[in-house]
Amino acid sequence: MRIARPTRIVLRTLALVYLTVLLAVPIVTILWRTFEPGFGAFWESIRTPAAISAFNLSLLIVAIVVPVNVVFGVVTAIVLVRGRFPGRRLLSGIVDLPFAVSPIVVGVSLIMLWGVNGWFGGLDNVGIRVIFGLPGMVIATIFVTLPFVVREVEPVLHEIGIEQEQAAATLGASRWQTFARITLPAIRWGLTYGVVLTVARALGEFGAVIMVSSGFPGVSQTLTLLVHSRYIDDHNTHGAYAAATLLMFLALLTLLLMTVLDRKRPGQPSGATIAAATAPAEADTDAEVAGADDPAPPGPVASAVPEPELATTTRSSR
Amino acid sequence: MITVAAAHKSYGTFKALDDVSLEIPSGSLTALLGPSGSGKSTLLRAIAGLEDLDAGTVMIAGQDVTRLPPQRRGIGFVFQHYAAFKHMSVRDNVAFGLSIRKRPRAEIATRVDELLDVVGLAGFQHRYPAQLSGGQRQRMALARALAVDPQVLLLDEPFGALDAKVRDDLRRWLRRLHDEVHVTTVLVTHDQEEALDVADQIAVLNEGRIEQFGSPEELYERPANPFVMSFLGSVSRLNGEIARPHDLRLIRSRQQAEAEASSAGVRVTDATVERLVRLGFEVRVELRHTSTGEPFFAQLTRTEATALDLQVGDRVWVRPTRTLGSDQAAPVRALPTEEEFPALAV
Repeated sequence: MRIARPTRIVLRTLALVYLTVLLAVPIVTILWRTFEPGFGAFWESIRTPAAISAFNLSLLIVAIVVPVNVVFGVVTAIVLVRGRFPGRRLLSGIVDLPFAVSPIVVGVSLIMLWGVNGWFGGLDNVGIRVIFGLPGMVIATIFVTLPFVVREVEPVLHEIGIEQEQAAATLGASRWQTFARITLPAIRWGLTYGVVLTVARALGEFGAVIMVSSGFPGVSQTLTLLVHSRYIDDHNTHGAYAAATLLMFLALLTLLLMTVLDRKRPGQPSGATIAAATAPAEADTDAEVAGADDPAPPGPVASAVPEPELATTTRSSR
Repeated sequence: MITVAAAHKSYGTFKALDDVSLEIPSGSLTALLGPSGSGKSTLLRAIAGLEDLDAGTVMIAGQDVTRLPPQRRGIGFVFQHYAAFKHMSVRDNVAFGLSIRKRPRAEIATRVDELLDVVGLAGFQHRYPAQLSGGQRQRMALARALAVDPQVLLLDEPFGALDAKVRDDLRRWLRRLHDEVHVTTVLVTHDQEEALDVADQIAVLNEGRIEQFGSPEELYERPANPFVMSFLGSVSRLNGEIARPHDLRLIRSRQQAEAEASSAGVRVTDATVERLVRLGFEVRVELRHTSTGEPFFAQLTRTEATALDLQVGDRVWVRPTRTLGSDQAAPVRALPTEEEFPALAV
């Protein structure tokens, strides 16, 4: 479709204004407010005991949630893509539930389940405090971040199909060797992206966590909760801005780290080449094979690259 | 030697393999040939262990491997769409099987270089599959399969995804490679020309059964049934019989035709010339059965055609010099019988 030049300019301007007003201005404002009184003031307000504790707690939750989600996310994605069993669609729907349910509802339901008077409340009597303790915050965070790894890994698994794994099997690789040497590297990029999203959401989760946290400064406040309490309870606006900046910095660092890690392996084609270099023209697939194990339509990032010299393709946008 | 005995495999109500038995001699290059859905790929995958049989056994080199996973069958498998490990270099792809077997590094390096040399990919060690053409990827896949010294090499439509020119080259190259390496090779294809070109033995499959197993010459010259005859090479149908188009003799005089026919004990068909196509050495004569209106064609040499001096619209009498007995099991029964159509009796 050809668009007239003036229209194009108008559309571009609109898009830029939209992004600026909604994304850039708020972020710049926070940065501006944070560093307006000088770097020293910022440094001081993130070195208070409450801030240090919140920082540590946030990192601790991330450190627990990410490995759990990676393991269960990858397993779930494999089950959803490769498995053939009744209820697969139902399971797929359940994975999306955290996207649909408001985090605050998650918090409430967790209290109902794990609270002193809840179904599993008996744990409190044996000294395991879930609600208003670290376990509750971890469970809440896992709940809201559960879909990310699954949903990022799933299309990549579709995309790679099972032939590479079958080829590895014919070459003598055991299931575990096949997973470690073929499947895992192939889904690496999707997994990386899922982890980044998980980290970002885990750091930023508010609704579910505030319901299950006792919220004592220096004890059970995450960085996000700290921003809230400083702003609302203490009217310490600068302190809130500073903590917010620290949060943004952490998220940025995650993004950066993942990008670096992904590029680190020498000579690796980037994630895009994996997606792009699927077999060319699906010419004449035998019905007999297709009936037996044809996984599913290729994922959304599929673009056939039949010939060489195209390895420089940039990563397809998600 | 590969022995498949009484193999059965169904997907729901669809019978992919229906009592298939086959003995593939050691060191041969055997083609499994058949149309889509004939069970040829299923049979190959069953030999590889990528597909479990519902019933029957598979033996490789005297060992019953029916219950063994693919890892322990001593096979090399090449997929239609290459199944290249996209995140590994060409060298690592080829080395995969050896590194799984924990061979010493130096040995792996030597073996990989040797194989890349054999498949003509020396110098491509550090490339990635995405940087190779389809034909190169398939040769890499072959080297990878050969690296582990398989007892049998199984190829599932290996050239199916390649364009015609590359396919022809690779096919010839595979034949030469087989003559050098001598590993028992089974190749699945739906392309009869490919099967005739490379294979020592061809098994023709249809609807989950083996229709015939033999050398290309045997299958072409002495097809067991109309299906095999029409699947390998072209056929013309006349009076419920099928014959090779080059086995049809065209005669201009009715008397001569009938005299020849009665001495040979065959029938003569009355036909009209519809079109003449000169394809270099060969002349293709498109004909129409005068009484039934059924089209068919004959192949003549240029000399024969010149001698006959055929023109479009000419009436000729056609006598098959060789036929395959009329078809009980033919997939299409196109022509009426003599009883139904007395006018056919000439």
